[in-house]
Amino acid sequence: MSDEESQEPELSEKQKVEIAKWFLLNSPAGEIQYVAKDVKAVLNDEHVYNMAVSEAFPVYNKSHMICLEMPGRVGDVLVTSFGQLNENEYLDPRTAQVAVVDHVKQVCTEVRPANDEELPSPYIEEFRCALDAEITKYVDEAYPKGVSSVYCTNGKDVEGPGSDFELVVVISAVRHSPQNFCNGSWRSLWNIEFKDDVQMLEVSGNMQVGAHYFEEGNVQLDAQHECKDSTIFQSPDDSAISITNIIRHHETEYLASLQVLNMALLMVNCFTV
Amino acid sequence: MEAAMGLMRRIHPKNTDTALSALLSLLPHHSSDLLSQVDQPLQVLCDVDSGKEFILCEYNRDSESYRSPWSNKYHPPLEDGSHPSVELRKLEIEANDVFSVYRDQYYEGGISSVYMWEDDNEGFVACFLIKKDGSKSGQGRRGYLQEGAWDAIHVIEVGPEEEGTAHYCLTSTVMLSLTTNDESSGTFSLSGSIRRQMNMDLSVSEGHLCNMGKMIEEMESKLRNSLDQVYFGKTKEMVCTLRPPAEVVQMRLPDS
Repeated sequence: MSDEESQEPELSEKQKVEIAKWFLLNSPAGEIQYVAKDVKAVLNDEHVYNMAVSEAFPVYNKSHMICLEMPGRVGDVLVTSFGQLNENEYLDPRTAQVAVVDHVKQVCTEVRPANDEELPSPYIEEFRCALDAEITKYVDEAYPKGVSSVYCTNGKDVEGPGSDFELVVVISAVRHSPQNFCNGSWRSLWNIEFKDDVQMLEVSGNMQVGAHYFEEGNVQLDAQHECKDSTIFQSPDDSAISITNIIRHHETEYLASLQVLNMALLMVNCFTV
Repeated sequence: MEAAMGLMRRIHPKNTDTALSALLSLLPHHSSDLLSQVDQPLQVLCDVDSGKEFILCEYNRDSESYRSPWSNKYHPPLEDGSHPSVELRKLEIEANDVFSVYRDQYYEGGISSVYMWEDDNEGFVACFLIKKDGSKSGQGRRGYLQEGAWDAIHVIEVGPEEEGTAHYCLTSTVMLSLTTNDESSGTFSLSGSIRRQMNMDLSVSEGHLCNMGKMIEEMESKLRNSLDQVYFGKTKEMVCTLRPPAEVVQMRLPDS
């Protein structure tokens, strides 16, 4: 396989698509369109390019949890695997709208109201909605450009106490300033398991930070952290408050540890005196 | 080619290797341009004669072999590999000695190599390389990083001597990568490369080596400052604009 690659100068179409996809998927936050332009020029093959973008953009958009504006001033929708109904349709639980997304153009082309089957039961919705309200307050306060969403990922049809279910909180904040040659992104995912039998909530989080600075060079920061916590099962409103407190606490702490680490690396400067 | 370089500016520096080999296979006819324009992390080989390590780059390569600055021999051996002239080789030996001392003072360890070759316009080109491994396994005195590397490449084109002065054009690239992975802070990777250029016309009365040394010293201090303040400062600033630290939020609260 590897012998074939080094001896055979002409790549197969499939290999070209794979290489193009690799570049697209490894684009820094907010830069996939620029990367796509360069990939197109390097490939010089419309057919291969179209295959690569059609496969890579949906994956990139979901993993970067990009935020798109829905037409008709409905609001914004996050493109995530949690809200995905099919390849091009994404649920926005807050507005109960379904956004139809053009992945390659990265726009939302139309919206439709969600069906009853696509939405959680009223019992679940009470927890989801209360948490969404608290998270929105927190995100507005902590992230100047943050967008959040709360999804039910498990047990959305549970009608009342007695069964487990799961909610996911997604927070995404991006900042693009190509004129200053820098881009950055923050993504955090919080999974909350509502355990009915033990009356506990298991919280697990994953936070990801990226920054790219490219004036006369290319400097990138990539950091990721996971953590776990738990609290007791309470009413929808009280659960929402305690979950949000947990998230606020961990995110603030992580940010502080990042600053300390960053500073320590610089001050120790172990490479040069 | 321009688009290929555009891609290299966006791809994460830790993926440079993969990106370069991908571009080489897509654009085989541009391979020499790509190899000379894309800076890759420096590799090291051990000189069998002296037992000392030397750095590999495009400038000491001939087909699949690399010339050691210590023994002047190619590794693996090469029948008709190109060598600098006797005179230039003398300067190269001297430069390697001086640069080793400089590297030891500034870097507390690491590996350095200097290569020189004649160019087409009666001058010559010198390439000064430094590699420092700051990881746990590296020899850095304070090495505690999971993975950390500092690679510096300085290429100086020296023009022909005219009325006692010569033109020096220095292009420097520093590649830095830092990676940590611990329980409390998760994974953290900060890497980058920056490139700067400096042009000077200097009197050759004190010799080329002295002039080149001064330029490199000045450039290295500039690059260190840029990396520290501008680049890493900028990434930190970016994180702070995404999610301002709590103190800032609290400080703002009384106003609102």
